[in-house]
Amino acid sequence: MVPLHYYLVLSAILFACGVTGFLIKRNIITIFMSIELMLNAVNLSFVAFAAHWQVLSGQVFVFFVMVVAAAETAVGLAIIIAVYRTRETLNVDQVNLLKL
Amino acid sequence: MLHLILFSVFAVIAVAGALNLLIQRHPISSALSLIVVMGSLAVEYLLLGAEFVAAIQVIIYAGAIMVLFVFVIMLLNAGVEARTKGSKVALILGFPAMLAGGLLVAWVLVRAPNVGSVNVGAMYGPPKAIGWLLFHDFLLPFEVTSVLVLIAILGSVVLASPVRSRFSRPQPEAEPHPAFKVAAGTEAAAQEQTISARRSS
Repeated sequence: MVPLHYYLVLSAILFACGVTGFLIKRNIITIFMSIELMLNAVNLSFVAFAAHWQVLSGQVFVFFVMVVAAAETAVGLAIIIAVYRTRETLNVDQVNLLKL
Repeated sequence: MLHLILFSVFAVIAVAGALNLLIQRHPISSALSLIVVMGSLAVEYLLLGAEFVAAIQVIIYAGAIMVLFVFVIMLLNAGVEARTKGSKVALILGFPAMLAGGLLVAWVLVRAPNVGSVNVGAMYGPPKAIGWLLFHDFLLPFEVTSVLVLIAILGSVVLASPVRSRFSRPQPEAEPHPAFKVAAGTEAAAQEQTISARRSS
């Protein structure tokens, strides 16, 4: 038996790592990976609560989160490729205009 | 007891992978440590009895999404990231704010009345039940999700297609990069041309 808040604390730590990576990283791909880390942390708390309340809807929500994450990754990586084509850099400090 | 040990081991692995993602400076190292995090999270899902979620975690996240990341890192030839000096305000205000936030979350979690413990090991989520729920109670969100995926596919194809005219900037004096000379054609041929141009230069 693992107490529920162990899972929640693990999820919070992973989410905090994701937020920190989002803020301190300068490579746009790594920033994207930090977003994925945050989504994973939220998924863990979804599954933990689903197991705690014995309700399957939490797992279905994890499925939807994964689909949204996959779509977001596809579009985001396409945007990264487009940005790299025009600017030849992946450093977010040098990408300061939305206009391509 | 065994479950607690397994939980602790894989939690430590997950947190170490997440910290390694922050520390590493090369994107490919960060991607590999993110794969470690996802694999250990899949084990945590198995410990929680969510075998379906564990399976799609490995297949979709570690299999598909991370392979896409690694492809893009290789395609763009991403190098070691440059460090820039952060602002002093972030250093002075950021760490106390982060500490206060963490303490607030910990206080709420500790003070929460009787959260109980997770009944680990009971495989309560068979894929059959999840499929029934998905196609019965969540049918409309499921269909909307398929539309979302279609839009994402179209959007990524449009954004990543190497059409010169859409992204052109008025710089007549600058010689365009060889990768830009790719005219409209099939995407595979364009990518081959791009790669060969990179190699020759």
